[in-house]
Amino acid sequence: MAKVEIGRMDQLPKRLGKCVRIGALELALFRTGEDRVYAVENRCPHKGGDLSQGIVSGEFVFCPLHDWKICLKDGQAQAPDEGCVKTYRVTVEDGHLYVEL
Amino acid sequence: MKRKLVMVGNGMAGVRCVEEILKLDREAFEMTIFGSEPHPNYNRILLSTVLQGNTSIEEITLNSWEWYKQNGIRLFAGETVTDIDHERRLVRTDRGRTVEYDELILATGSNPFILPIPGADLPGVTAFRDIKDCERMIEYAKTYKKAAVIGGGLLGLEAARGLLNLGMEVDVIHIFDYLMERQLDPTASKLLQRELEKQGMNFLLCKETAELFGNGRVEGVRFKDGTEIAADLVVMAVGIRPNVDLARKSGIAVNRGIVVNDYLETSVPHIYAVGECAEHRGVVYGLVAPLYEQGKVLAQVICGRKGRPYEGSVVSTQLKVSGVDVFSAGEFMDGEGTESIKLYDEARGMYKKVVVREGKIVGAVLFGDTSEGRKLFDMIHRGDSLESLSLSLFAPISTEGKGSLVGAMADTDVVCGCNGVTKGAICQAIAEHGLKTVAEVRDCTNASRSCGGCKGLVAELLEYMLGAEASRYATKETVCSCTDLSRDEVIEAIKEKRLTTVREVMYVLGWKNEEGCSKCRPALNYYLGMLYPGEYDEEAESLFVNERLHANIQADGTYSVVPRMYGGVTTAEQLRKIADVAEKYNVPMIKLTGGQRIDLLGVKKEDLPHVWAELGMPSGYAYAKALRTVKTCVGKQFCRFGTQDSTGLGIRMEQTFERLKTPHKVKMAVSACPRNCAESGIKDVGIVGVEGGWEIYVGGNGGTHLRAADLLCTVKTEEEVIEMTGAFLQYYRESAHYLERTSKWVERVGLEHIREVLFDVETRRGLLERLHQALATTKDPWREIVESEKLQQTLFRDIAKKEPVPVE
Repeated sequence: MAKVEIGRMDQLPKRLGKCVRIGALELALFRTGEDRVYAVENRCPHKGGDLSQGIVSGEFVFCPLHDWKICLKDGQAQAPDEGCVKTYRVTVEDGHLYVEL
Repeated sequence: MKRKLVMVGNGMAGVRCVEEILKLDREAFEMTIFGSEPHPNYNRILLSTVLQGNTSIEEITLNSWEWYKQNGIRLFAGETVTDIDHERRLVRTDRGRTVEYDELILATGSNPFILPIPGADLPGVTAFRDIKDCERMIEYAKTYKKAAVIGGGLLGLEAARGLLNLGMEVDVIHIFDYLMERQLDPTASKLLQRELEKQGMNFLLCKETAELFGNGRVEGVRFKDGTEIAADLVVMAVGIRPNVDLARKSGIAVNRGIVVNDYLETSVPHIYAVGECAEHRGVVYGLVAPLYEQGKVLAQVICGRKGRPYEGSVVSTQLKVSGVDVFSAGEFMDGEGTESIKLYDEARGMYKKVVVREGKIVGAVLFGDTSEGRKLFDMIHRGDSLESLSLSLFAPISTEGKGSLVGAMADTDVVCGCNGVTKGAICQAIAEHGLKTVAEVRDCTNASRSCGGCKGLVAELLEYMLGAEASRYATKETVCSCTDLSRDEVIEAIKEKRLTTVREVMYVLGWKNEEGCSKCRPALNYYLGMLYPGEYDEEAESLFVNERLHANIQADGTYSVVPRMYGGVTTAEQLRKIADVAEKYNVPMIKLTGGQRIDLLGVKKEDLPHVWAELGMPSGYAYAKALRTVKTCVGKQFCRFGTQDSTGLGIRMEQTFERLKTPHKVKMAVSACPRNCAESGIKDVGIVGVEGGWEIYVGGNGGTHLRAADLLCTVKTEEEVIEMTGAFLQYYRESAHYLERTSKWVERVGLEHIREVLFDVETRRGLLERLHQALATTKDPWREIVESEKLQQTLFRDIAKKEPVPVE
């Protein structure tokens, strides 16, 4: 398992996603209204939409392309849609963000 | 020459009589009405709903100032008649006015009865009779907490409920041992008391008030038994007294009320009395239905068509307190020579009683389920025999059976007792005029216009007549699944509670999802911006990505950029710049849009600010719920058929309404002739030049729901085009649901309605004022972002680009 430093907490606005590129991997990083940080694969299971640009509500993000609702905790698309995105654990240490790959 | 009709009093009974006269003969009279209150005629019965917070005073106005004007009636509001000279046939007023009459109607109503006890004149003591009283109580509730209502009758209980709603503690004082003794029997009354106690009312029964005390203002109530309670506000609701002073002074026979015969004639020729001030066969009525019946008879008399006499009324009562259904009619008390059928279900708080005398139904009391009240009332009225009474009345309520109730009613059965509207009349109106809502039925037939008690029945009738179609009008469209509130309810609440952020709206209005969803967040964001132009800061996190980034997201996650080209006109210099930028940022496709603009497709998110900076052109808003483009044809400058300068007008319109946010995207077009090269017929606003003027079309759509636009009006000048378009856009902004295109909106609210709004000069002026307010505060978003490092950082830059280097 690798752990990559990806930036600082203060670079993350609440409820506005950010895209993080690590090599060929593209992650969508979110800081929720309750200050929890989540990282998921930045591709909607539907048509690969840029999830980092979706509307964030609680622990869900709505894909900007076709409004799929994706849970940030487990990556599951919400009914009636089906599908899943990969999730990644994010840790915060001294205000620095680390993602586990 | 027209005869002169003067009416003293501007209340419900009198004005209703005037309405009946107008129906019979519009031209017969020159009419003058005097009213002591400074308002036009309003619905006094609904004052309790105003106090209870369900209605505004404006909404209970029955006849507006306009109505009097349109019908040629002189109204002197706030002026009191002091003197009648029946020898010379004239009246005099407190302002020294003298008016002659041929016929005179006294409709002076009644006054609240104020107990003659010490302290009754202290500040903080009020009756509950008119708008002034109502306003006074609302005002008091803002500062004081403890209220006492003297009188446990209909009015007292409605007042008490209102005061509870206003946040006061309420004691209801009643001299008898049970409530509403004039309308209910002891059993129903006890059930009522139990229900109202649950709602928070406190009752002091068998208490006779001795005095009100207080230092400077009322502080409490003392009873004959020596006990007392504290009170900051005392409402007297112990009854009314016919207002007979003027009649008595003028030598007209007066008993308790002004004595009238079956044709509403008083003891003096050419003087009549109607309403609460009149006493007919020893009875003074205080309910609206009998007064309307009187008005009808009197109207015929006045117009010289003496028909059926007035022979008295059977009355029914319904309490207007939410959550309590009480009904009574006719002879409802058990007594000598009567028998009754009763159902008393204490557990479910249900009581039904039908009283029979000599085999005929003469009265009824219903508590808990009053749905059969109207039907029973008709049976009492007709004197139906006991045999006609269906025992299903006493069966438990079944929801399926409800629909059949209106079906089972005869066409002659009365649905609205206040206005005497039968089932037959309502059904006919629904069929003939294609009525679809309770409000439309009300406006067309008068049913439910007064107390509103029959609204439920009217709704059932609509359902019965229209079938499944009715539910389409009845089902409520909520903003999204996060709330049960409709768009209008949310907007009302935002205004009323002065909510200023998306989160505040969701928090205060009890959103089911704490942070909303992708439907309500952008909608609330729009509504707040519309309501508070210049004050409200858009919340970036509540915007759909296109509007947040001011560019259109494409399938592959890149964006497209469309600079503004007013009217579709560009220059060589602009084209050169666009070409340069496209090359520099490797724009894979350059395309012309359907709205005659140039689209640079495939721009990377982080390049957007640079692209905008280098283009140096304003944003074309191709991504926005706002004015997008104004498409034009070349017009008379070049075209051999063009009759007008369509390009010039298109540019002007685009510059005028640029950046105006709307519920959904708005497209416009200007064609210089009916050949319509700019496709004006399928635009939200389409202008077509004709010889000597412009046609304005609205509500067109070329999208999924193809719809040809409707002709709104034809105007002569460009100024008028701008003005009408502006008013149309603003009205759309204010009244459409978020994401509702003008095509749907026009169909929903109706073209006629939109015309009525826009063609009213005052309304239009208001709309334009608000429009300009909204326009005055807009800024070009591209420039704003180019100039703000912070916005670029927050919205456009990724936070990391890393090689996968493991830490530890």
